[in-house]
Amino acid sequence: MLGLTLREASAALREGKVSATELCQRCLASIKETSSVNAYITVRDAGALQQAEAADKRHRRGQALGPLDGIPVAVKDNFSTAGVETTCASKMLKGYIPPYNATVVQKLLDQGAVLLGKTNLDEFAMGCGSTDSIFGPVRNPWSYSQQYREKSAQTGQISDEDADWVITGGSSGGSAAAVSAFTCFAALGSDTGGSTRNPAAHCGVVGLKPTYGLLSRHGLIPLVNSMDVPGILTRCVDDAAVVLGVLAGHDPKDSTMVQEPFQPFTLPSNLDVSKLCVGIPKEYHAPGLSRETVALWTKAADLLENAGAKIVEVSLPHTRYSIVCYHVLCATEVASNMARFDGLQYGHRCDVDNSTEAMYAATRREGFNDVVRGRILSGTFFLLKENYKHYFLKAQKVRRLIAEDFVKVFHSGVDILLTPTTLGDATQFKEFIKEDNRTRSAQEDIFTQSANMAGLPAVTLPAALSARGLPLGLQFIARAFCEHQLLTVARWLEKQVDFPVLRWQAVPDREHPVLQHNKLASLP
Amino acid sequence: MACSGFSERYLKRLPLFTMGRSRCRVSVPALSLLRRGVQQHAAIASPPQSQPKGADQWVGVVGLEIHAQIYSSSKLFSGARVQFAAPPNSLVSFFDASLPGTLPVLNRRCVEAAVMTGLALNCNINRKSLFDRKHYFYADLPAGYQITQQRLPIAVNGILTYQLQVGKKGDQLATRTARIKQIQLEQDSGKSLHDDNRNQTLIDLNRAGIGLMELVMEPDMCCGEEAAAAVRELQLILQALGTSQANMSEGQLRVDANVSVHRPGEPYGVRAEVKNINSARFLAKAIDYEIKRQTEVLENGGKVLNETRAFDFKLGYTTSMRDKEGKQDYRFMPEPNLPPLILFDAKSLPAHVNPQQVVNIDLIRERLPELPSISRKRLVEQYRILPEHGFTLLNEDGLKDFFQNVVKMTQTDPRKVIGWVINDLLGHLKQGNLAVHQSRISPSSLAELLNLLEKGIISSSAAKQVFEELWKDEGKSATQIVEEKNFGLIQDRKQVEQICQNVIDQHQKEVEGIKKGNKKILNKLIGQVQRETKGRTDPVMVKTILEEKLS
Repeated sequence: MLGLTLREASAALREGKVSATELCQRCLASIKETSSVNAYITVRDAGALQQAEAADKRHRRGQALGPLDGIPVAVKDNFSTAGVETTCASKMLKGYIPPYNATVVQKLLDQGAVLLGKTNLDEFAMGCGSTDSIFGPVRNPWSYSQQYREKSAQTGQISDEDADWVITGGSSGGSAAAVSAFTCFAALGSDTGGSTRNPAAHCGVVGLKPTYGLLSRHGLIPLVNSMDVPGILTRCVDDAAVVLGVLAGHDPKDSTMVQEPFQPFTLPSNLDVSKLCVGIPKEYHAPGLSRETVALWTKAADLLENAGAKIVEVSLPHTRYSIVCYHVLCATEVASNMARFDGLQYGHRCDVDNSTEAMYAATRREGFNDVVRGRILSGTFFLLKENYKHYFLKAQKVRRLIAEDFVKVFHSGVDILLTPTTLGDATQFKEFIKEDNRTRSAQEDIFTQSANMAGLPAVTLPAALSARGLPLGLQFIARAFCEHQLLTVARWLEKQVDFPVLRWQAVPDREHPVLQHNKLASLP
Repeated sequence: MACSGFSERYLKRLPLFTMGRSRCRVSVPALSLLRRGVQQHAAIASPPQSQPKGADQWVGVVGLEIHAQIYSSSKLFSGARVQFAAPPNSLVSFFDASLPGTLPVLNRRCVEAAVMTGLALNCNINRKSLFDRKHYFYADLPAGYQITQQRLPIAVNGILTYQLQVGKKGDQLATRTARIKQIQLEQDSGKSLHDDNRNQTLIDLNRAGIGLMELVMEPDMCCGEEAAAAVRELQLILQALGTSQANMSEGQLRVDANVSVHRPGEPYGVRAEVKNINSARFLAKAIDYEIKRQTEVLENGGKVLNETRAFDFKLGYTTSMRDKEGKQDYRFMPEPNLPPLILFDAKSLPAHVNPQQVVNIDLIRERLPELPSISRKRLVEQYRILPEHGFTLLNEDGLKDFFQNVVKMTQTDPRKVIGWVINDLLGHLKQGNLAVHQSRISPSSLAELLNLLEKGIISSSAAKQVFEELWKDEGKSATQIVEEKNFGLIQDRKQVEQICQNVIDQHQKEVEGIKKGNKKILNKLIGQVQRETKGRTDPVMVKTILEEKLS
């Protein structure tokens, strides 16, 4: 049952083949069984079941609210949820219970979606491993798959199950793991430099970063306001389109949104790609790109070409400056956005009370981890009067150049870009933490970041397993507000690649419900 | 959106701490410091001898930064209500409290208010303006930054034309102009309430996020009087526009003065910023004090510091608040959650947009009400009164309405009415330190009095006495007073003739003088008759009778 796609589960609910309560109970059980993955920070057992019961009533009356009515979902813990603790995986916000819902959360609830809980992340979404959380790192469910265990055993790499697990990527690693581990049918992530697509790729799920301005950011606790977008994580492209249809649309509470109404769409089952022109950015042949990723990328291009699509090499010359540019822009906005966390009104407050300034300082020192503090300090430095034009202003100009690269390419007749999502498959935790957060972010976000710089929609889909038995993703980037085309092409490729389903290597002493299903239901 | 439960929790959670306030409470009088300075530098400070007279005169240079709270029902970026003196933290939206994830949404009314103010002050309205974040940590600034317009404000390059009363009697008007550098939209902060006894600071966020227009004026004024007159004119303009209630005592209009002194022809001196000024009168005092202080410092060879100074209205002088040399870096950056503010005019207005979602400058220009300068001109023309009368009528709150009401209710020439309103009524009000709306004489009772005068029932000197009686506010009408006190003119000509005869009899010396041709002495006799009758005779009748009798 949990292996169904969202659309199938929705149909099953509508037809009464399963009740929302049953679905919810199964998901809650699955969360418990996979608790070692550490995908969730907060689980709403009672609240979720209550919602599910209400959904069942509506279904029985034939008054379902929409395709999400009764569907269990998870939300990254940097979206404000009324009455549900929202921590951003930081000591600073531990115990903070917001009085309001983020608009995208509200839209999910309005559609009857069942909120299972809040998922783990890097503190304040700063990271690419989901390892820097006060609640501990998220473990990639594929670490416990037969595929990974068998392959690794063959190469003699695996010794200890508890030491050799791989990271999820991040920062929305909790959401990616939650979807990947069959604990929910869809999850919200956020994507500032790749935070939805990166973990989606590592966890073998679909990760959609919509166009900036299409989804409301109201209630998303910001990392970089000018790049943040709510992200959608699902097990197949079709499901991402369904969730997008629910979430998109103007929200007067977010002034950076487009005014035009959004038309929800369903993806055509057959796509003629022969009229499609697919760009392959040559700069994405980056150092560190794994050989098998290149092979996969080439294979996908060949599939498209064989189906009649035109494949052209394109150039995005300024992409190479993306990382350093992002570093400056991110740090400055972080320094500013984090200023409100002073211990006065909500969240953590230190015991120091001899002066306001001392209280601020101690609260912020105790409340933020090193990564957050480091970015605040560099951002503050970049914004100093004498530095402003050397760093922030320059970075903004470079950002404009990066964005213009895309405009030029799309003007030249290219419809869509095909790129890898990550350099390679997921790294083992013990390897990952050898490098610092910043170095890792610079490496990991290399293919994803520029889409945020330019505000463009991008999607990653799982395309193959690596030699180690871990997922590899491919990314499509489209013109702004061309989500329909983006997802249509992604769905076409999804059909061709026939990505295998995660097969649990028995989670000890427990028969996992997922094991009953050997195939992803989206496969023909 | 106001969250009362939240505010309650919020107040309870307030910390026990003090703000670094000791610097603001320096109790050493600045004057005593100055005097010490005088002695120390006396030897060095003798001015050069060779300069022509007047060239070494120090002149004040004054620029103003004015924050006007926008008169709107909700805040600049949130839907929370705006209301003076509401219970603490009862008007606070999630955004105003800076809850994580909240976003600003610009209030169209505030934009229109700024545009209208800009137009009224002859500014260029920028078709595109930008919002910025200005960072500093303070307990009543919950986001850690203020959203303002640092790079590209909504209006620039304006002119404020104002008048002030000059001349020995203050009966002449001089016209001055002060350039307005820019008008920017920004958020107000909350309020910190320091409780010294409990070593606590309480925060009230009702004011946090209210829309402000910051008007930056060029240093085109030279003294407190000019600055006060400019502020008063601005206040009248804002009130006429309805863009701000501009009440200084309620903090809706807050003025900071940048004051420096220099010798004409030389570059401007180092300036000090004077804060904490809550009335036009104190503004003038604070500036003049500061000019005097700086002049003395320089005369004595000292240096003026670039600092912020607070005006103590009780003691009448300014004290140093904080040094500005080690300047705070506000780390400005663009506000990423607000797109550029684009304004349209009739020509540039796109065809397909919803008029509710755009601001059309031309429409606002059409809606501009009459400005005070025009109102004054109209009053002068309509009632044929003097320009200084028009000035006073408008500058004294409520006086214009008072005057116009009296005029409506009486047949008396407005030129006579204005004398009563400005000399008698306003004189009495000023003496009692009262506002027009606190007047003990209503427009109708003044009109009744003037009608008695106009109809010849009382003389003008009796009218003054009736006025005094009315001012006592004993609930009697002018007519009642005239009857009770027997102030009415003696209508019986024979009775008047008798009184005149008595006066003639008792003033033979004067009579002789008149007969010799000195007609001026006649006035003395008329006065004498008036005295005898306590002003109850008609001077014209008395004059005729006396002339008849002495011819």
